[in-house]
Formats: sequence, C-alpha cells, structure tokens
Amino acid sequence: MTINEIEDQIIEEFSVFDEWLDKYEYLIELGNNLDIIDENKKTPDNIIQGCQSRVWLDASLSENKTMIFKADSDAIITKGIIALLIRVFNNQTPDEILKSDLYFIDAIGLSANLSPTRANGLSAMIKQIKYYALAFSKLNS
Amino acid sequence: MDIELIREEFPILKQKIYGNKQLVYLDNAATTQKPKCVIDSISNFYSVFNSNIHRGVHYLSEKATEIYENARLKVQQFINAKSRTEIVFTKGSTDALNLMAFSFGEAYIKEGDEVIVSEMEHHSNIVPWQLMCQRKKAVLKVIPFDDNGELILSELDKLISEKTKIVCVTYVSNTLGTVNPIETIISKAHSFGIPVLIDAAQAIQHTAIDVQKLDCDFLALSGHKIYAETGIGVLYAKEKYLDEMPPYQGGGDMIKTVSFSGSTWAELPLKFEAGTSNFVGAGSLHTALDYVDRIGLKNIQNHEAELLKYATQKLDEIGNITIYGRAKNKAAAISFNVDGAHHYDVGMILDKMGVAVRTGTHCTEPIMQHFGITGTVRASFALYNTFEEIDILAEAVIRAKKMLC
Repeated sequence: MTINEIEDQIIEEFSVFDEWLDKYEYLIELGNNLDIIDENKKTPDNIIQGCQSRVWLDASLSENKTMIFKADSDAIITKGIIALLIRVFNNQTPDEILKSDLYFIDAIGLSANLSPTRANGLSAMIKQIKYYALAFSKLNS
Repeated sequence: MDIELIREEFPILKQKIYGNKQLVYLDNAATTQKPKCVIDSISNFYSVFNSNIHRGVHYLSEKATEIYENARLKVQQFINAKSRTEIVFTKGSTDALNLMAFSFGEAYIKEGDEVIVSEMEHHSNIVPWQLMCQRKKAVLKVIPFDDNGELILSELDKLISEKTKIVCVTYVSNTLGTVNPIETIISKAHSFGIPVLIDAAQAIQHTAIDVQKLDCDFLALSGHKIYAETGIGVLYAKEKYLDEMPPYQGGGDMIKTVSFSGSTWAELPLKFEAGTSNFVGAGSLHTALDYVDRIGLKNIQNHEAELLKYATQKLDEIGNITIYGRAKNKAAAISFNVDGAHHYDVGMILDKMGVAVRTGTHCTEPIMQHFGITGTVRASFALYNTFEEIDILAEAVIRAKKMLC
C-alpha cells in the first residue's frame, strides 16, 4: 500500500468515532499493541525529549531497501499516535517518505498533538523520521 | 460569599468546549481568569486615557500617569508597604526575581559568598540565582523538604553561615501547595543579619500579606495570578536595599541625567523601571486588587481551603492515586498521579471531558527529582471554583483511570 492509501484507511477507521474519548480508547489500544523498540535501543541517542512525554525512535533499512521504524513512548496516547505514524511509514522507501504529505493527522483531529509547541515529542519525531529517510536515501543512491 | 454571583463576573467560565462539555477551569496556579471589571478597565483605559506616562505635558498623559501611580499606592496599601517608593512595577514575578538576582548580586555578592534557596522553588527563583552565582563565583545552597512537602527547617540552621548573603524562599509552592513558615525563616535569617526574599507569586491571591508585619526584605508577585492582566508584576523591597542596589536595566524613565561622561539615576522606584512601563496592566492590577478587597481575602481563603479539603478527600477515595504534598498547611493546589498512568495521558483525557488542569513538571524539576517522577497532574483552585467542579474532576479522573490502567 502507498502512504496515501494507508492514510486514507486510517481516516476511514477514525470516521466512526463521534466522541473524543472513543478516539483516545482506540489510540490507547493501538499504543498497547505497538511492537515497541528493543530495550537496548532505548539509548540517549534514540530519545526525543518532549517536555512532558518522551519518545524513543530507531530506524533501519530492510533487505528490499524499505525503512523499518521502531519506537516507544512513556505516555500511552502518544504511543497510539506513534503506532499510526509507524503504520504509515513502515515498509516505505526513503524517497516515498521524503515526499510524503501527512494529511491524516489533521483529518482525524489530532493535529494539535503535532504542533511544535506541544510538549510530547511527536513533532520532533516526525522530523527525525524524515532525517532518517534522508540519510538512508543518500545511502541507497 | 455567593459563588454563583461571583461566577457571573467571569465571562470565560460560562462557555462549553468540545461541543457540549462545561468548562471546568482548574489551572488557576498557572493563571487566573479575569472578572468583568478588570476586562472593562483595560478596554476603558484604551478608550479614554491611553497615553504614555511620566512624560507628556498633556491631559491624557497626566491622567495615565495618575492611574499608574494610583495603582502603585493600591499595591502599597494591599501589602502594607511603608512607602510607595518601595513598590517597583515589573513584568511579573519572574522579572522581579531576575531584577533581584542581578541587582542584589551586583551590590552585595562576591566570590565565595552563599545564597540559600529551597528545593521547592519555581525555576524562576532558582535559575536567576544560578546565573548570578556563576557570574560572581558564588555558591547556591538548598533547603531540602521532606516527603510530605514541608521544608526541613533544621537544615536551614546548618546551611546558614557567615558567607550567607540572602535567603530566597517561596511562600506557597506552585506544585505541592505547601504554605511555608516564612515568619520562622525570616526571623531565623534576620537573627544572623541575613535579608530574606519571598516569592509570593502563589500566595498573594490566597492569603493576606503584610510586608511590615512579616518584616521580609523583598517580595515578588505577579498580577495575572490575582485576576489582573498578564505582563504586570511587583517587586517590593525595603528602601535601604533599593537605594544601594544598582539598576537592572537602563533606558528611558530610569535616569535623572544622561551624558557621555556618565548618567545618574532617577528617584525610587523609577530607577528600576526602565522603558515604557505596562501602565495598562498596572491599572488592571489596581482594579483586580479592589475586586479582591471587595470579596475579602479571608473569604477567598476559607472557600479555597474547603475546596482543597474536598478535592483531597475525593481523590483519596478513588484509590491508587498518589498525592504529592501532604503538608499540614496547604493552599489551593493539589498535585497527583494516577498510579500506573502517565500524567500527560491523564491530562489529555481530563481536557476532553472539559477539565483544564496542568500536567508536567510545573517548572519545578527539583521537586520531580525529589519524588523520582517525570511529572504530575495539578488541579489548582480560585475563588470561583465550586464543589460540583471538583465532582466533575473526580469523575474525569475515574474515567481516565479506567481507560489507562
């Protein structure tokens, strides 16, 4: 699936929720099911420090030159949003990630969580994902 | 005190958010909402009096100056300072504390000297002193607190030495709610001839302050914490210190004469008020203090004490809630965590239920380090909060706990 197709799928999934707390329930479930980063990868290098919640992110390249992200957070709703981001970006090539447009966050009403002033580390995480993509894109070429 | 009538005065409290949720504003330690009289006073100033102060020969400037200087008199009377010259207007308490750390440091601190703060200070009463200590090669010493959130005063005895130049301590902890025994701290420090600075940012709105009775040497406060506009604050200082301390910032209004061979300073307190002051904010502070006087600080204090007691009881009843700060003498803030849940998650769920709280370290990282945590949820109360709002808070916490644990 392309990045856009996955984003559309997520928007579709969230369209059933009328209540904010239902959305959060779903994010918590996603967060609990997130295949998290190995403990030994939770190094200071991999930490993205928000003022309130912390995010760890690790990236690697698979054999078929697509990217594999693993992450974690100490806050579960943040972790749920991370699960969505990973679903969108995992198994995509670095170039696809670099030219991607993240519109699903806005569409499902979570954009406030991604503003740079929001203290949860998510905005910095997306920036970091793109840096990794840029680095691996250079490596691929 | 009729809370419903009081709530009528605060237009912002009436709104519903996220569609149909009644706003429950419990973030008053961050900033308080403004009564209509304060909002009107700001609008009225711009509609009728707006003009720069202390400079103009014209009618409006005279009026604006009068409003500004009357606000100073109001503050003087509100905290019972000896003279209007002891009231310096600042941008807020952070600004007042930075002024203090700079000007006091320049006047009195030399290499090897010591400054005492407490472990429960807001960053604004730590970092300015750290900067000054770096500059002067002085040493910062810390009064610790116990697990109830009470300062261990016997430690203060050990910290005081002939090198101690000032003791800086908060009256009320913004995170733990602790009301510190500042009378004891002041008399202890004074017995060694050491001056004391009180950070009253979280006290001025909850308890009557008489600086002459307290005999504190310095006191900082913020207008926006006591129902006034943001961007106005006060440094109270005994005149002897203001005389001896050099200016913090240079500019217009703070000088007597300027020439390239040197400048001389304006009379007190203008020596410490460089540039165009926030005269609109000062006017709003006057109105806000009049408003608080009308309601009565004692009434406010009693109501908030009841709210705090009720909130503590409700949160304790839920179970698996850890409250940080169980001091015997507490003001209107309660910090807690739902065991096993992250404070940020709890805050986000409370928000979507209409309840505004603050989460995180509350600019008191040393307190977090003391308890070995990354943050707390903090509910803080003001005169317009109700018991029903605390019921809503408790229900929201129960819901968050169900979702997260």
